[in-house]
Amino acid sequence: MGRTVTTANGQFKPGDRVKVKFEDRPGHLRTPWYIRGKSGWIEKVYGDFLNPESLAFGKDGLPKKTLYLVAFNQTDVWGKSAGVKDKVLVDIYDHWLEPLG
Amino acid sequence: MARGHHDVGGLPGAGAIDVTEHQLSDWEILADAVNQALGARGVKRTDEMRRAREEMDSAAYRDMTYYERWIASIEAILIEKKILSKEEIDKKLAEFETKWGEP
Repeated sequence: MGRTVTTANGQFKPGDRVKVKFEDRPGHLRTPWYIRGKSGWIEKVYGDFLNPESLAFGKDGLPKKTLYLVAFNQTDVWGKSAGVKDKVLVDIYDHWLEPLG
Repeated sequence: MARGHHDVGGLPGAGAIDVTEHQLSDWEILADAVNQALGARGVKRTDEMRRAREEMDSAAYRDMTYYERWIASIEAILIEKKILSKEEIDKKLAEFETKWGEP
């Protein structure tokens, strides 16, 4: 990557189990529909970035949001017909995630 | 609210992705250049362009090709930021059509 990762202020660390919020509101939503409401785990913490959901409306993107690489079992996303060994990997911002016990 | 017209991941019936190489038209390369120039000048951000494409009329969005959507979103953002007016763009377009013929 070559880019310095800033200190992450997010609530999760690699390995944490998470659930994607099923939000549907007006605006520029950066979490694809197919992954909303699904459960997975934090694969990697990228760092803190300006919030694209704010930048999309010409605003300053602050406060920054932590971005994660989140992993999901294919079967948890697409059902039993999906490949059992495969994962779905999605970049998701902190405010879209909630802890899963 | 419902799923946006841009957010099609996982929808059934989409078919396989065409991954064959294809030649870009001159206007598509130009669209990319204009987009990059506006970004480099700090006129707009990628996220604004994405939002503009999401706000388009759904039928129009589905009818457009990839770079047609780019041009439409550049136009929408430039008008929104009052850098160009719809009238100015339409006038220039009419001039081009007179000079070069309709696309």
